[in-house]
Amino acid sequence: MTAACFSSRLAARFAALKAEGRAGFVTFLTAGDPDAATSAAILAGFPKAGADLIELGMPFSDPMADGPAIQAANGRALKRGMTIKGVLDLVRGFRTQETTTPLILMGYYNPIYVHGGAAFVKAAKAAGVDGLIVVDLPPEEDAELREPAEASGLDLIRLVAPTTDAVRLPRVLQDASGFLYYVAVTGITGSQSALPATVRRGVKALKAKTDLPVAVGFGISEPEQVEALGSMAEGVVVGSALIRRLVANLDPHGRPTPSLVPDVLDLVTTLSAPLRQGYSQSR
Amino acid sequence: MTTSLSFQANTFRAGPDESGHFGKYGGRFVAETLMPLVLAVEKAYAAARTDPSFQRELDSYLEHYVGRPSPLYFAPRLTENLGGAKIYLKRDELNHTGAHKINHCMGQILLAKRMGKTRIIAETGAGQHGVATATVAALFNLPCTVYMGELDIERQKPNVFRMRLLGAEVKPVRSGSKSLKDAMNEALRDWVAHVDDTFYIIGTVGGPHPYPMMVRDFQAVIGREVRQQLHKAEGRLPDSLVACVGGGSNAMGLFYEFLDEPSVQMHAVEAAGLGVDTGKHAAALTGGSAGVLHGMRSYFLQDADGQIQEAHSISAGLDYPGVGPEHAWLKDAGRVTYTSATDEEALEAFQWCSKLEGIIPALEPAHALAAVRRLAPTLPKDHLMVVNVCGRGDKDIFTVAERLGVKL
Repeated sequence: MTAACFSSRLAARFAALKAEGRAGFVTFLTAGDPDAATSAAILAGFPKAGADLIELGMPFSDPMADGPAIQAANGRALKRGMTIKGVLDLVRGFRTQETTTPLILMGYYNPIYVHGGAAFVKAAKAAGVDGLIVVDLPPEEDAELREPAEASGLDLIRLVAPTTDAVRLPRVLQDASGFLYYVAVTGITGSQSALPATVRRGVKALKAKTDLPVAVGFGISEPEQVEALGSMAEGVVVGSALIRRLVANLDPHGRPTPSLVPDVLDLVTTLSAPLRQGYSQSR
Repeated sequence: MTTSLSFQANTFRAGPDESGHFGKYGGRFVAETLMPLVLAVEKAYAAARTDPSFQRELDSYLEHYVGRPSPLYFAPRLTENLGGAKIYLKRDELNHTGAHKINHCMGQILLAKRMGKTRIIAETGAGQHGVATATVAALFNLPCTVYMGELDIERQKPNVFRMRLLGAEVKPVRSGSKSLKDAMNEALRDWVAHVDDTFYIIGTVGGPHPYPMMVRDFQAVIGREVRQQLHKAEGRLPDSLVACVGGGSNAMGLFYEFLDEPSVQMHAVEAAGLGVDTGKHAAALTGGSAGVLHGMRSYFLQDADGQIQEAHSISAGLDYPGVGPEHAWLKDAGRVTYTSATDEEALEAFQWCSKLEGIIPALEPAHALAAVRRLAPTLPKDHLMVVNVCGRGDKDIFTVAERLGVKL
């Protein structure tokens, strides 16, 4: 019943988190890394392990905003034949079991553009996707995807960076929906550590101008960071750290070992714990 | 309301529009972290472009440091050998550093200085743009990092050493296909992590707006000189222009001046590698399709799923799976004829020009010369054809020797 009050899984989840008085834990996984079956198993295990929101990376040959960990993940997924259709198949499979955890696709624009934006958002919505983050599609260029996405009921999530100054911020917030993704470091994914004090300033400035939830990502790999950032935002995203854990469980030929899925999910539980502990303590 | 300039009929020289689009191509497809910086470059360039003192300073360096104007040379033996069109060579290989790249490097570093930037980065394929960037960075005493694919480092050793002599740090790029597109990815990653102090000197008419326009403007000196020089020599306009295209900077530089002269035909020659139908080539316009990469919408070599494919060419400078957005627009508009030449044809043209005219061209313009060999014999003797020899071939002698089975 409650969920029906909200237009989307995303809105429902952020409302539920707000009611719980805590930030959500957002996990990132590159679809098809190291193969489709392993991705499906990790995805299926995410919600129980502690993921409140899931970002599923669509592999791309040239991930310009990503550091070495996610670059390599993209390479492994493509090498094993992951495609856009394969990504949507993974989502469809995930949705047969799990209907409340929002799933956002994150990627670069070219594969979407080549498939045709309108056709892609329709297929994504039908598969059970709730939103899109397209790294290299800034507000100045995103109308051609945002309009069909909105029409299909998908949120196109905007990014806000430390470099987004006060003059520019209104441009980014105009037409924003779903939530805002605050990029915690001025750099690529997984490269440097997000400094809570610096991030706090940026998130505060952002929150003064918007009522949308804010998720913070890039450079977050330690429980202490999750805890600190969880106190200032509605979501905390961990990506490269999960991928590094995944890589530690590959055999020398790059194939998954049996410990891979439980080990990655363990890390999700460990990293998300501070958010939940905060909740139980405050109660 | 976004401005949408109509590029129809009246002029081919009005682009890009205010938001950096040439028709549907171009634009600014970069991550939000870079967007404010890209807008700052745009603003700084818009101010510099209309500032006479900026142009005066640039012109002075072009004359006294680069050695412009480069000669326009009538090539009697090439002309005689082909028995058709009268062939003129625009000698941009005689510029300081041996290629046209120095034209846009000089312009960009003056802009970097104007913006108060204290560190320079660049990507390079053949090494010509890297050498030109390292050169201007040395001249203006700015630290410089050049990203270069590991494969290109291997095949362009002399230029790597040159860059190091000039004081630049050459960082090998081991990701992806280990060539130019990956070097550009890595330069973008560096830029996003050093937005405060770093200026990215892009080596072609590509990347996010304003780069395609800015690099074109800095290269347009080539065409302006050709107009004057040919007027002096022949008293009229050229009938055709020929240039090679990787990203397309030298071709835009030659063509731009003449885009609105309907009598001037333009031929742009892409690298067909082993042949466009083999899949092993770098001809984005001939064998690619519209896509988005490196900040721009343009033509790219890609698969049906939008994954960018590796380019193949004997010439490291043309070994890029995309092309500048203005070329994409000119192709769709039908103003420029896009054609291609294979590795084999370029090798033959390389030797042909060296032996007949005493000019060793780079492998990049050897592709343009290969097209000249096809075109000129079909044209009348009073047809004036200008070919841009955009780089000299010294850097390529190892590659060519290996292909000819000669041990150096």
